[in-house]
Amino acid sequence: MDATVRAHLRPEVARQALPGAEPVLRVEDLRVWYGARPALRGVSLEVPERRITAVIGPSGCGKSTLVRAINRMNELIPEVRTEGRVWFRGRNLYDPDVDPVEVRVRIGMVFQKPNPFPKSIYENVAFALRLHRRLSRRELDEQVERALRQAALWDEVKDDLHRKSGLELSGGQQQRLCIARALAIEPEVLLLDEPCSALDPVSTARIEALMEDLRRTYTLVIVTHNMQQAARVSDFTAFLLDGELVEFGPTEELFTRPRDRRTEDYITGRFG
Amino acid sequence: MTVRSVADAGWRERLARRERAGAVFVATCQVATLVGLVFLGILLVDVARDGAPYLRPELVTNFPSRFPHRAGYASALVGTVCVAAIMALVAFPLGVLAAVYLEEYARPGRLTRLLEVNVANLAAVPSVLYGLLGLGLFVEGLRMGKSLLAGALTLALLVLPLTILTAREALRAVPFSMREAAYALGASRWEVVRHHVLPYAAPGILTGIILALSRAVGETAPLIMLGALQYVPFLPRSVWDYFTVLPIQIFNYVSLPNPEFHRLAAAGILLLLAVLLGLNATAIWLRNRSRIRW
Repeated sequence: MDATVRAHLRPEVARQALPGAEPVLRVEDLRVWYGARPALRGVSLEVPERRITAVIGPSGCGKSTLVRAINRMNELIPEVRTEGRVWFRGRNLYDPDVDPVEVRVRIGMVFQKPNPFPKSIYENVAFALRLHRRLSRRELDEQVERALRQAALWDEVKDDLHRKSGLELSGGQQQRLCIARALAIEPEVLLLDEPCSALDPVSTARIEALMEDLRRTYTLVIVTHNMQQAARVSDFTAFLLDGELVEFGPTEELFTRPRDRRTEDYITGRFG
Repeated sequence: MTVRSVADAGWRERLARRERAGAVFVATCQVATLVGLVFLGILLVDVARDGAPYLRPELVTNFPSRFPHRAGYASALVGTVCVAAIMALVAFPLGVLAAVYLEEYARPGRLTRLLEVNVANLAAVPSVLYGLLGLGLFVEGLRMGKSLLAGALTLALLVLPLTILTAREALRAVPFSMREAAYALGASRWEVVRHHVLPYAAPGILTGIILALSRAVGETAPLIMLGALQYVPFLPRSVWDYFTVLPIQIFNYVSLPNPEFHRLAAAGILLLLAVLLGLNATAIWLRNRSRIRW
């Protein structure tokens, strides 16, 4: 993270010491309601740059709500109310003058159920590029290839780019297509909301390997209900329970020496 | 197999009774299905027998005449096509835009709810009332006279609610996950609608449009209210001309005393049915061809 951004981080907020990486996102006292029902009850945490941060917790604990709040996807759902701040590159993403479109260009997202567009593989990846950049035919081709390579899908689809619809791919390929589609416009952060929960173990392993590669370039936040997955892939882990952040720290520490009793109960399988 | 495994005595008898009940139900359903088909069949056979001698090219090239063998549906067929085309140009863009607004933009609230309920109610208003509205508004109010344009606009009002309803259904059938995917890539609301929701809903919208079109083509009452003429011995040359349409021409021939005209009417019914079946077949073909399997 560059120094100017550090200067924008609000000093009065106590920063948790996270060894090895500077925070790129700072979530501050985030509260979200669905109608009258609270889903997040004041969550604060920092997401380190070029690391994989996992968010774990039992169903309904607010994991998805948390990542969807980061790129302002929650507001697409009627009746959702959000309070608190999400600091990113020196700006609060919830300031009234921040356009959610810009937020989503810089913070990409992959969903639980693969949701490719019913268009060709090429058009799936090219969509965001066409929206946000002015590229020549050749540049567009290059960017599509680059994104598909980054998502480790290129070799499997390079001969069917225009012929095959995204919906004709297998589930695991569809999810990698969705990752390629998000990577096409090179976001700074990629949010993955249970990206493997609809996939078989082989596809899951491929996505996990892919995340390991992406970690060099991107900041990743992955929601998962699978603790082994969190332990395998992530550098940092946040444990949420009933809309509250119970514990957040380096993954190894959280899984080997949990500080909170509830974390220990959860990771040892006593509930959830 | 031993009887022990299926409980007490009498179970087999009861099973037979249960299975009979199922068979009776299926038979009832089959009868219900057949009733409609049988009556349609009877109607078709009867009409075809009456109209057969008049099923010749002159049916669509002859103008109305005092002599049945020289009379035909030229002006009615062209009138129907023109009215339907103008109506489509007016009603369908309006209907689709209204549906997009209600489905994609309007904030849920009391006003939206009121709009929705009223659109649904309008779709159930008897078509005669639309005829009265057209008479008051277009023919007299806007001084269009008994013109093609007045007729087309009246039918446009008639099918507008139907178009809105079916288009909304089609828009709603596009999964939320598609909108989510597009928004997450930084698409604005307009881009989501333009590049995703509308294209994916298009087959369904088109199907609804064609069904609305076939409803309008079969309408008689509102155009009679409007004063569409029964004797039009010329083709319309502008939207301000008098006009007639197939159902009205049929109605006219049926009401004449000479039984030959009744045969001509039967042939006209076959012509109208052919137009309607053609439209409906197109709708089904479109739906099957371009439906997206999510």
